[in-house]
Amino acid sequence: MKLYKKEGNILQIISFPTESAEKGDYLLVEDQDAGKALIAQVIDVQFAAVPGVLEELLRTLPDGGEPLQGEDIDPMEIAPHITYIQDASLLICKIRATLENEMLSPSSSWLPSRSQSTIKKLSIPMLMKMAKIDGKLPIILGGTKDSSLLTIDASSIDGTLNIITGKKGCGKSHLSKLLMVNLIGYKATVVIFDLNGEYSSLGMTNDGKRNMYYDKIHTLTPSQNFKVALEQLHLNTVMGILVHALHLPGTSAREFRQLWKMLKEKGKLNMHELGEAIRDLNCNQQVRDALASRFHSLVNSGFFTDYPGEATLLEESLLKAKEQGGAIVINLKNTSNIDRQIVVEYVLGKLVDSLSSWKLKAVFLFAEEAHLYLRETYWDDIVTRMRHLGIFTTFITNQPDTIQETIYRQADNIFLFNFTNEHDLDVVSRAARVDAETVRSIARDLPPHHCLTLGKVVSDFPIVARVRALDIKTLGETRLFFKDMN
Amino acid sequence: MVIEQYTITEKYNFPQPTIDTTLPQRFLEQSLYSLKQVQHQPFQLNTQNFQQLNTTEQYPSSLQLKPQPILIKPDRQETLIVAIDTSTIKIGETSTGMIIAIRGAITWRQNRVYKYTRLGPFIFHITEENKNQVYNALERAYFCTSYGGSHQAAPNIMQMPTRLASLLERWLQTMLAKTVNHGVLLFDGSLTSGTIDTPAQRMREILSYARRNNSTVLAFSKATTLRANGILITEQLPNHEPPYLLETTGIHFKPPIILLGDVYVARLNKANFAFRLDIDKEIPIPQRMEAIQKLIGNDLYTQSYPETLRLSHILCTFTANEVLAMKHFITRKHGIQLINRPDMHKLLFGPFGKGEIYA
Repeated sequence: MKLYKKEGNILQIISFPTESAEKGDYLLVEDQDAGKALIAQVIDVQFAAVPGVLEELLRTLPDGGEPLQGEDIDPMEIAPHITYIQDASLLICKIRATLENEMLSPSSSWLPSRSQSTIKKLSIPMLMKMAKIDGKLPIILGGTKDSSLLTIDASSIDGTLNIITGKKGCGKSHLSKLLMVNLIGYKATVVIFDLNGEYSSLGMTNDGKRNMYYDKIHTLTPSQNFKVALEQLHLNTVMGILVHALHLPGTSAREFRQLWKMLKEKGKLNMHELGEAIRDLNCNQQVRDALASRFHSLVNSGFFTDYPGEATLLEESLLKAKEQGGAIVINLKNTSNIDRQIVVEYVLGKLVDSLSSWKLKAVFLFAEEAHLYLRETYWDDIVTRMRHLGIFTTFITNQPDTIQETIYRQADNIFLFNFTNEHDLDVVSRAARVDAETVRSIARDLPPHHCLTLGKVVSDFPIVARVRALDIKTLGETRLFFKDMN
Repeated sequence: MVIEQYTITEKYNFPQPTIDTTLPQRFLEQSLYSLKQVQHQPFQLNTQNFQQLNTTEQYPSSLQLKPQPILIKPDRQETLIVAIDTSTIKIGETSTGMIIAIRGAITWRQNRVYKYTRLGPFIFHITEENKNQVYNALERAYFCTSYGGSHQAAPNIMQMPTRLASLLERWLQTMLAKTVNHGVLLFDGSLTSGTIDTPAQRMREILSYARRNNSTVLAFSKATTLRANGILITEQLPNHEPPYLLETTGIHFKPPIILLGDVYVARLNKANFAFRLDIDKEIPIPQRMEAIQKLIGNDLYTQSYPETLRLSHILCTFTANEVLAMKHFITRKHGIQLINRPDMHKLLFGPFGKGEIYA
């Protein structure tokens, strides 16, 4: 390989057919005289602009596109050299760091010698060693192209905002499960908004047996085993549900606040008494109607109960998870849009309460297709206030444009699966820790189950890995009509 | 000299059981011999194409062009049309000489499909010391098979590329003249001979072999200096529907140069191009016309130039990619280092220095 050009932080390297390099590979451009080396990643492989190639190709097509048949008597065996030159490729590489005195710096401001520099492939284990991508809490994400393991440190997703995105069916949920079980293994508390009911099986192996996580997975299905009694709720949580999920106007909200206080003083804080109080409320008809309609929504959700024995305390599950590590799976499958929002408001409110009062240290929140249940104002809240309180969110989506731009800008880690759509790639490339060329070039060619990991977890050295298999029962697979017919 | 790792593939697509491969074998031997002498020497990159032009040909003042065109009609009776061309290129210079490459191509049209055989490239390092050895060895190889023992003086080193290419071209022409029956042989250039690189006897022999096999040699010149009444003969086209030939008369060259063909101007289609066409003098007029009619009935001629001959030229021409490959070959196989000596014109005159050609 030979260094050809450097423009900004892009290197162009000529590679010959015997030196195979592919997208995603790392190269070490070493200038021994300067005592420094550049670490660059191949982001595209093109044909080298070898002069005369066009003439070479054209002269084999003289007659209406029919290839010219012939024989070359080439006693000196020049033909292999022609092929060798013709098949030379141009590697477009992004400079990731400079290595000097065994220290890495993100600089690309120096120019290595074009004639004296040696270029060789840098294996992923070597890169990980240089970049110190390991740690005391390893999570094996999967295997890299050179058959090494990509291991990240669980502490590098602590306190971070993460995005897992990619086309449908490329393995996003699988990766999020992998992260979850590893976090649980390290006694972390994980909360999952499970839109398709596919995470409740985290405690089961593929053949239906209990695995080591079985006792740590707490699946809460709203209106089934997940109900709350009003007396367990804080007024702020209820107001959050009414205002944000059920869009209760300000005047009505004020009336409701007074009703709540009055019922609480009387010790009659339950759904039945609340319904009665609204019906008997002496106020403007429109306010009463507004309150009545919201009350019916709460009743119809089936999420609220007057029997404390039926009510599952989310707080209890959280505390259990706090001690041994565990996941609280909020199963939102078969839940209507409004009910979903009620549940999410409740859970988030409860989490904030628990974290504010230091009942919980921190929570890893996994949110699948969050745009379906997360209200507008929560996006900013998640990256600012909630993060400081200790809610570390991972968004999982196949529609990257549904996540707000501020989330991308603040994202610490992105786990990117295959995308072919330019628009989707444009959206993802807005992330601050990602460069657009890398995303566009590498993500487009990722095979299924291969993930481009970007950000803090890989010390800003984007690495492609095939996500490793998990012995966990798969749920949430798409139901197929023709599946059993073949 | 024993050549171990290189052998010539003794296989052509012509129906001839025995083919004399002596000359290519000698080309290979001399090529390797010359390259061994340049090992571990640095050499200066300087690619230059050589055009094989008949510089000795001067137009006779008595030349006349008959205004009446000879009309020709395509004869579609299946006939083998075969064309030959060779090419040479200077790859670079060493402190003692230069490195050149030579290649020949034969193209033919059979069953409406063009096919080709390419011979080479042969790479030579030509120096003042080895030019006699290289040239004479190749000449001897030729005469061993054709004339037996004659000897030629080696040309000036600058003429060596074209002379070696001519040698290969004549050998290819001889092989075709000997092997093709009832065909039309297309040569690049004219049938003028008696020059150093085209001895009259050699060209006579080629034409004679072709006649013996009932083949006709048609030589097309891409450019000519022949003028009638001061105007180039290819630019005096009558207002007549092509295809046609125009006959010339009164061409006589000063000895030793002789013309072994009759010169025509051929305009084969409506494209406003015409070319000098030499047809073997010894061939009767009807057979000449038959040959040209078979040519236009069997070959394509989009720009009034036979496609077979055009392909031969294209196939033997060296592309930049091939030049790079040959440089790679001599660096890898013969340990010759490439150097880039500064261009003195550019060094001294900056943007006003356009290189030696423009000096």
